[in-house]
Amino acid sequence: MTEIGWEGLAVSALLVVVALGLSRWRHLGLERSIGWAALRAVVQLAAVGLVLAAVFDANASLAWAWLWVAAMVMVSAETVRRRAREVPGLFALALSAFGVAAVVVLGVLFGLGVFDLEARTLVPLAGLMIGNALAATVLVARRVYEELRDREDEVEARLALGLPSDEAAAPYLRHALRTALIPQIETTKAVGLVVLPGAMTGLILAGVEPLDAVQVQAAVMFVVLGSVTTTTTVVALGVRRRLFTEDHRLVRLTRPTSR
Amino acid sequence: MSLDGPDGSRLRDVTGEVPDYCLTVLVGPSGAGKSTLLRLGNRLDVPSSGTVRFRGDDVGALDPLALRRRVGMVFQRPSPFAGTVLDNLRVARPDLSEGAAIGLLERAGLDATFVRRAGDELSGGEAQRLCLARTLATEPEVLLMDEPTASLDHRSRTVLEVLARGLVDRGVPVVWVTHDFAQMRRIAQQVLVMDRGRIVHAAPIGELDRSAPPAVARFLDDLAANEGD
Repeated sequence: MTEIGWEGLAVSALLVVVALGLSRWRHLGLERSIGWAALRAVVQLAAVGLVLAAVFDANASLAWAWLWVAAMVMVSAETVRRRAREVPGLFALALSAFGVAAVVVLGVLFGLGVFDLEARTLVPLAGLMIGNALAATVLVARRVYEELRDREDEVEARLALGLPSDEAAAPYLRHALRTALIPQIETTKAVGLVVLPGAMTGLILAGVEPLDAVQVQAAVMFVVLGSVTTTTTVVALGVRRRLFTEDHRLVRLTRPTSR
Repeated sequence: MSLDGPDGSRLRDVTGEVPDYCLTVLVGPSGAGKSTLLRLGNRLDVPSSGTVRFRGDDVGALDPLALRRRVGMVFQRPSPFAGTVLDNLRVARPDLSEGAAIGLLERAGLDATFVRRAGDELSGGEAQRLCLARTLATEPEVLLMDEPTASLDHRSRTVLEVLARGLVDRGVPVVWVTHDFAQMRRIAQQVLVMDRGRIVHAAPIGELDRSAPPAVARFLDDLAANEGD
């Protein structure tokens, strides 16, 4: 196993100094931000490391790991809500989306015995699943909302022809989902060719054989793909439900105030 | 009935009747509530209080999807969907044959060559006629048209007016919203005058001037005088 130790970490911080120097040289005015970001990263990671050490302790109950997962889901749902404030009721939607993704993804991984269910596997896999789905979830919520708002004329024309709300919204929902999913699919295609993904890089640095790392990495990519498609679909369908009334009328959507 | 909007009341205690055998023009200045009243007929809006009736039935008690096919609606801005003209018509009626599609296009004043054209390559007037054909595909009993010529040039406007009159002659009553006083004179058989969320007068076009109470007559004069274009 490779360990860099605190000295190694301190030396690697030279790269932060490089970033600070460049910001200063080009008058980017980002020195404070960079310094604060680097400091926060270390403090946050250290705190997480301490808690993880306690959760991963062989004597600790697995309930702590599940609690950790639940907390990640809550924090992520709140993050999604904050990043797409215009979408009504998004916290509950994101919560259920991550919940459904957890059941599907963790169900396959642990239910079918891909990984042994222990804190050391549960926490990072759930983290990967949620963390990677977050951006796509925000994107799809905003896209569905904006599509239905900007295409209000078309949507109402479809409703006026007697189409039920799910059919009237279908083309716009499809477009929003494709927009949110295509980057993820592209990333999956390019993996290994363009970038060595994080999990694999970490494993190799930690001394794992590349072929073993590859197996884990491929499984990780599938986790991400599965969770991104699940969460975005749940959120897209949920947002659509909220934007129509029971009697198939489009809720009037507010446009952002012009800047 | 009344309808309260987010920015205040949009319809206030409206009571009125639209005859179902002729071309009725709903006229009034912008913001009078004409479009809102029309949307209630197609159930894209529902009243905050009161009842909308279609041929005696409370619209709120009918299946909204079935009602919308019986009460067709053409909007102010034409909104062709992605795909060909035929695709557009099949949104309204998925089992529509190409022959039947051409029949619908002809009723809306477009010839057979349009059937394969892309919906988003049509001119404004053609697109609006496509929207009319699309609405006719559901075989509506009544047609509601919300300022259908507001965004069109003079020629397309005339075509659409003639089409609407033709539909009425063939048994599909039309309710046509406009703030264009001259247009009202050209096409109306029956007139409902609206102002500030109320129907202020209703009369056959021939009796409009004679029957209007003085306040409404003044109002109609103002409307005619304000016709800048």
